[in-house]
Amino acid sequence: MNSAPRAITTPHHSTNNGAFDAERVRGDFPILRQKVNGRPLVYLDNAATSQKPRAVLDAMQHYYAADNANIHRGVHTLSVRATDAYEGARAKVQQFLGAQRPEEIVFVRSATEAVNLVANTWGRTNLRPGDEVLITVMEHHSNIVPWQMLCAQTGAVLKVAPINDDGELLLDEFETLLKCGKTRIVAAAHVSNALGTINPAQEMVRLAHQGGAIIMLDGAQAAPHMAVDVRALGCDFYAVSGHKMCGPTGIGALYGRYDLLNAMPPYQGGGDMILSVTFEKTTYNHVPYKFEAGTPNVAGTIGLGAAVDYLRSIGMSTIAAWEHELLDYGTRVLRDIPGVRLIGTAKDKAAVLSFLVGDIHPHDVGTILDQQGIAIRTGHHCAQPVMDRFGIAATARASLAFYNTKQEIDALAAGIRKAIEVFGP
Amino acid sequence: MTNLQDLYQDLILDHNKRPRNRGTIDHPALHAQGFNPLCGDRVDIFLTVEGGVIRDVRFDGKGCAISTASASIMTDAVKGRTIEQARALFEQFHDLLTLSSDAPIDAQALGKLAAFSGVRQYPARVKCATLAWHTLNAALKNQAQTISTE
Repeated sequence: MNSAPRAITTPHHSTNNGAFDAERVRGDFPILRQKVNGRPLVYLDNAATSQKPRAVLDAMQHYYAADNANIHRGVHTLSVRATDAYEGARAKVQQFLGAQRPEEIVFVRSATEAVNLVANTWGRTNLRPGDEVLITVMEHHSNIVPWQMLCAQTGAVLKVAPINDDGELLLDEFETLLKCGKTRIVAAAHVSNALGTINPAQEMVRLAHQGGAIIMLDGAQAAPHMAVDVRALGCDFYAVSGHKMCGPTGIGALYGRYDLLNAMPPYQGGGDMILSVTFEKTTYNHVPYKFEAGTPNVAGTIGLGAAVDYLRSIGMSTIAAWEHELLDYGTRVLRDIPGVRLIGTAKDKAAVLSFLVGDIHPHDVGTILDQQGIAIRTGHHCAQPVMDRFGIAATARASLAFYNTKQEIDALAAGIRKAIEVFGP
Repeated sequence: MTNLQDLYQDLILDHNKRPRNRGTIDHPALHAQGFNPLCGDRVDIFLTVEGGVIRDVRFDGKGCAISTASASIMTDAVKGRTIEQARALFEQFHDLLTLSSDAPIDAQALGKLAAFSGVRQYPARVKCATLAWHTLNAALKNQAQTISTE
């Protein structure tokens, strides 16, 4: 890509008085300009996947139309351009997450793959029978199942830190679980996808390290919504998902502390992850290429780089502030509807509104909202254990992004009232 | 909102609110459990069959309005029928949900099941309507394991 990233200081999404202008931002997202079932689309399923700004679509289109070539291989011009764009995206993600060096960013398919990579490489090398892996009740299945598989393979034991009725981690219990001295790794969501809880990551990192464990944070729901600085957090691994932060699907990134990555065995074998191969001996490539076997998702990576540029052009603190205003507004509006019960009421919360409407099943709520052009998620949100914790099978979930507006929350409220009308009190 | 009324017909809303044949049978001749991993809904079907005829059938579980009403109406529809008749009815019901919306509906054969004709406009909800039937089918085959819609 030859186009320079937008200057990140330009407040081009602000109104004259400095307030955030969501309407103006919406113009960057072609998909939002459509009607669904005869109504303007109200997209409130951002925790499942975010929409993509024109800048991301253009970057990927430009790559395929002008620069497409395999990377790290050719001496020809296109290959050099493609490699520059790919490695340029690595530097962008490094800066976005506050990593010390670009080699600490490994491109993967998804946040799920990032967890699997750590479980399969660091985990299989370092865990012994009787060692413990500590997660929390509020984890997404992708931060549960890889650790269960690892425990089955190594004889390690999976431990689960509990939460309170508001969906907040019980930090005392978390600390107690670490005190046995057997915990080797903690894996926890930075932000819960089902409840919106923002975990006290910095304190969790401190307690994990104090207990002699390393800690991996699942940042899939955090990175799109707040400034993340892995060095300030002090975490050992951090996973992000491209498609949840305005990037394309099929791309994610793993941050890993350089010394840890360097000591880990490769994840998959193949091209690009080697320095030399003979039938007797293969020498592995350096970090991060050691973990990037095969031709990677070049277009997706470039798209992720463009997404990071886009988010930084608005500013993560601006995004966080607007989404917090939307969350406060949405919480008030939903609480005003008789029969609506919010699931997940942590003091420190991202803009996720998980709720139940009387005894109406969330799927029925979802269908009625869809008829009004409103897209929400219904179900267990790939977090069945946290549903079990609240004694429910499913919730309806509206998850917000910076391009959402208060009018859209009003539309959500009207849709919920419609559901109550259809099903009767 | 005509679409919504097509889906949530009064009969469906009524069976959702007051499900018929809900509960268990202590010593069922046949039993199966159905599971829809998409939404986490579960349904248990219990049957007593004598001489190839379904004498009693009950369902238990929790689900959306479509799946609850479907289970309720299904139990009413198959009680007293032979296993062969119940299977044939499932086929007709399945066709109703999956064939194109201009395909003719045999309202006489379907009876109350015709109330689900609106579901075919909502492909995401077809599995809700068929979960109980797949589970019934499994129970008739005397499969003990959990049946998944996936």
